[in-house]
Amino acid sequence: MSLKARIIPCLDVKDGRVVKGVSFVDLIDAGDPVEAAIAYDSAGADELCFLDITASSDNRGIIFDVVSQTAEHCFMPLTVGGGVRELVDIRNLLNAGADKVAINTTAVKNPDFVAQAADKFGNQCIVISIDAKRVSNQNQGNRWEIFTHGGRQSTGIDAIEFAQLVVEKGAGEIMLTSMDQDGQKSGYDLALTRSIADAVQVPVIASGGVGTLDHLVEGIRDGHANAVLAASIFHFGTYTIYEAKHYMNNNGIAMRLD
Amino acid sequence: MKTAIIDYGSGNLHSAAKAFERALRDNEIDGKIVVTDNPQTVTQCDHIVLPGVGAFADCRKGLDNVDGMMEALEEVVISRARPFLGICVGTQLMATRGLEKSVTQGFNWIGGEVREIEPDDDNLKIPQIGWNTINVINKHELLKDIQTGPDGRHAYFVHSYHLVADNRNHIIAECDYGGAVTAIVGRDNMIGTQFHPEKSQKLGLALIANFLRWNP
Repeated sequence: MSLKARIIPCLDVKDGRVVKGVSFVDLIDAGDPVEAAIAYDSAGADELCFLDITASSDNRGIIFDVVSQTAEHCFMPLTVGGGVRELVDIRNLLNAGADKVAINTTAVKNPDFVAQAADKFGNQCIVISIDAKRVSNQNQGNRWEIFTHGGRQSTGIDAIEFAQLVVEKGAGEIMLTSMDQDGQKSGYDLALTRSIADAVQVPVIASGGVGTLDHLVEGIRDGHANAVLAASIFHFGTYTIYEAKHYMNNNGIAMRLD
Repeated sequence: MKTAIIDYGSGNLHSAAKAFERALRDNEIDGKIVVTDNPQTVTQCDHIVLPGVGAFADCRKGLDNVDGMMEALEEVVISRARPFLGICVGTQLMATRGLEKSVTQGFNWIGGEVREIEPDDDNLKIPQIGWNTINVINKHELLKDIQTGPDGRHAYFVHSYHLVADNRNHIIAECDYGGAVTAIVGRDNMIGTQFHPEKSQKLGLALIANFLRWNP
């Protein structure tokens, strides 16, 4: 097998601007998602993820322009998520230049939407984004549940069962974020990642908690993920994509270095 | 030189068009890229590109729904022998038939079937998503000056099915994913990539430039 593990920088975009900014290279406008995308493209990122966190529905269309402009300059795979509620949202994102579309809340509310989306656009472009939080106590067996609204709202749905359900419906990939680890910089929730990666046949992207390059290695090696997503360690220049890829490669994980 | 990218309601035409325009510019090739759903325009073009994203049957249906497009393709690719490039499902459609979800007839330009990939390693996920190297089986002009093999450049794959050709001479390149998976097929004036050249950075842009210069 010569398929490589992937590193995916993720940019939160609100009303067409990168939230919290990106300070890793000499960008003229750190808030411009297209400029950040171009920089990551030339840095050798394997894929790029835009998460549209625009709150008002009036400004939802702005992301299409961002995606479209990015596709003019970047010849790398692009996943876009946030606010996908109807099939037409997926169509518009794909037409603008997204390769894959990440669906979160809508899939939780209506798992059949995943089947409709996969039938129409193919399993390979439907990514289900799962936000999971540990609900078991330390002396109990592991249990994680799906949370929505940025981790504030519990759904009572078991994360592993939900992952299996959406894959059965046609999801081509799972983007898995640990709400406990997100922003902590202490590494992925490896037990969660491994439990889900081993339970489904589709690739899993680990997300939430990266603070060091070892965390990236662990996500693939111990979490059994196929790709690792990170935001702040790259945005704020703690590490470059180049450093991360070489570090992973030197630690036994085959990476694309060309 | 005019290149048609065929629009039949499937696929990421914007990215494809931008990559082809970039390849023209970077290589100072004089030409124009036209995204079109008009069969007449297709027959007037010098190079033809058929992209495709989604399921085989849906893509076939989408193409059949464009009045006269299949006839235009036959005319320009078979009768006039102009250079043709399939991408992803656009490549799979070149086969005799596809077995995804239902049995659907392809163009029968490359004898063979489109079957689900079956890695011999249970740990390998389906779809294959990500960057893989390609191994050349039969030399081809479109791979000119592109470093291939295990230490070569990478191509971006995102697929669950691949074209299993009857004739080994029609396999241009394979990748290894728990066994050989078809990466490029071709014969005469036609070629098709399972991976996405428009998303494959250096390898992709080089292959597109080679296609735009191709004169089979």
